[in-house]
Amino acid sequence: MSDVLAVVEQRAGVLRPVSQEVVTGARRLGDALAGRVDALALAAGGVRGAEQLGVFGADRVTTLTNPGFAAYAPEGYAQAVAERARTGGYGAVLFAATALGKDLAPRVAARLGRPLAPDVTDIVVEGGAVTVVRPVYAGKALLRLRLNASPALVSLRPNVFTPAERPKAGVMETTAVDVPAGRVVVQQIKAAAVGALDVAEAPIVISGGRGLKDPANFKLLEELAAAFGGTAAVGASRAVVDAGWRPHADQVGQTGKTVSPTLYIAVGISGAIQHLAGMRTSKVIVAINKDRDAPIFKVADYGVVGDLFQIVPHLTAEIKKFRA
Amino acid sequence: MNIAVCIKRVPDSETRVKIASDGKSLDEAGVKFILNPYDEFAVEEALRRREHAGAGAVVIVALGPPAAQETIRTALAMGADRGVLLQVERIPPDGLEVARALAAELRDGGYDLILFGKLAIDDANHQVGPMVAELLGWPCVSTVAHLELEQGRGIAEREIEGGVEVVAFPLPAVLTTDKGLNEPRYPALKGIMAAKKKPLEVKPTTLGPGGLEILALTPPPERQEGRIVGEGPGAVVELVRLLREEAKVL
Ligand SMILES: Cc1cc2nc3c(=O)[nH]c(=O)nc-3n(C[C@H](O)[C@H](O)[C@H](O)COP(=O)(O)OP(=O)(O)OC[C@H]3O[C@@H](n4cnc5c(N)ncnc54)[C@H](O)[C@@H]3O)c2cc1C
Ligand SMILES: Nc1ncnc2c1ncn2[C@@H]1O[C@H](COP(=O)(O)O)[C@@H](O)[C@H]1O
Repeated sequence: MSDVLAVVEQRAGVLRPVSQEVVTGARRLGDALAGRVDALALAAGGVRGAEQLGVFGADRVTTLTNPGFAAYAPEGYAQAVAERARTGGYGAVLFAATALGKDLAPRVAARLGRPLAPDVTDIVVEGGAVTVVRPVYAGKALLRLRLNASPALVSLRPNVFTPAERPKAGVMETTAVDVPAGRVVVQQIKAAAVGALDVAEAPIVISGGRGLKDPANFKLLEELAAAFGGTAAVGASRAVVDAGWRPHADQVGQTGKTVSPTLYIAVGISGAIQHLAGMRTSKVIVAINKDRDAPIFKVADYGVVGDLFQIVPHLTAEIKKFRA
Repeated sequence: MNIAVCIKRVPDSETRVKIASDGKSLDEAGVKFILNPYDEFAVEEALRRREHAGAGAVVIVALGPPAAQETIRTALAMGADRGVLLQVERIPPDGLEVARALAAELRDGGYDLILFGKLAIDDANHQVGPMVAELLGWPCVSTVAHLELEQGRGIAEREIEGGVEVVAFPLPAVLTTDKGLNEPRYPALKGIMAAKKKPLEVKPTTLGPGGLEILALTPPPERQEGRIVGEGPGAVVELVRLLREEAKVL
């Protein structure tokens, strides 16, 4: 029997949705280990939305508060999480493989002297040991690893562990923690446009490539994204990012972001291996391309061959009709 | 400015992955190896900082098999001053073991800055830089896409979901580099010739067993053969129907 710690995330005092995935993964592991699931948030004060975590299987939801925890404080967070992990006697500690989790988890691992299995797409218990699957070689192979350490430290790839309801008590508790002022300080977050979804987190991603011909034509994709009513983000291939048409933050692929949305629509993208590296774990892939032999059709569940300038506006109209 | 850059020898991103007969590793026959692309940003940044300061040295550190000497030579050809190979038979999957060996090498080096790539494109562990920083007790900013250094302090920008974090830190520090930080230079012929004569120290290294045990390396599940729904805008109605009724994603 051993307990699982789920490190969840907040921004500006609001729980981030990925937290539900971490608790869902933790619950799965907690059940296999016959243990409790404790969710752990770090914040300056209360975290709006943390009270829902019981629904996804948290037995307890603890918020560690510190005036320096409003924004991510790498050193303070690492110290506080490592301390909890150590004193709580957990068998596993789970993070989200987000910008925050990718920075925090290795720090905690080094402090605890325990290995970290990052960005996993599956997690099970086999013969009492936590076993994970993670894509390697740009998604061209899967590595199955056993963690011979306690606690087992794991970060979960966003969008893979679909939140599942599994009601538990979710007892709320807030504890002030004392940590020294960090040397590394987040001074400011320059936010992207309000409401803009990040491609790494959006449930629907519509990416455009060189086939769009001109940066202004991305308007077509933005209109399609808007038709989905705030659940879709617009991504890009490297070709158009390198050309300066779209920001690097939107790039999908080996040197951009890895995405696993429910629906990925590739528009005017050929499907180079480095692009596939970033989106091949999407649940459903749609490709729109005028070249029937484009490699993107090899990974696409549904393909439409033809001129994107004719097809995309139709698709936007159909989605609008369907959602109306 | 004295700067260390940690680099990794990795298979080229175009590599066709063939799994070795042990079912646990890459079959390296015919595989072309390169300097990890993210580490190129780190090497470039180090060279620019040294050039700007007008003094100091850029030291390249790699942990890897004997063939990683070539990778170090690539960084020396770009303009780094000397190299160190922590020679092991094979690089373990546990990044903490790699970080421990690197930290031991770097600890007393008198560096102002230690640079890493944000991740190595083979195992994509995305962890060695911050681990080394923690082991050394140094401040660290990861995935830096913009950097300003002045009088012992720095400001870095890093991408987060839906925005950019602006982070202040003191030197010495550990930084890991992201795409966008700079445009790495290509080694010039003169640099390649010069690199052959630059010092490269090889240190046989033994690593701990690590806590990650490889059970299997397998090809990813084939995506079920997709289908062409149709041609042109006429196929859109059928596409939406399939997304709704078959794939159930709308
Ligand atoms: C180390 C390395 C890392 C890389 N990392 C990445 C990465 O992270 N992400 C990434 O995307 N790439 C990456 N690349 C680049 C990659 O190899 C490709 O060059 C790139 O993905 C191509 O972009 P594209 O599909 O937009 O352009 P193209 O390959 O030029 O494809 C354009 C497509 O648009 C179609 N088209 C044109 N007009 C129309 C029309 N009117 N209607 C419909 N279809 C049309 C064409 O048929 C074609 O298939 C990387 C490369 C290297 C070497
Ligand atoms: N074997 C190694 N030798 C030297 N540096 C390494 C090694 N492995 C990883 N690194 C460094 O750590 C970064 C992140 O690698 P990783 O955590 O393995 O994805 C790389 O970009 C390198 O800068």
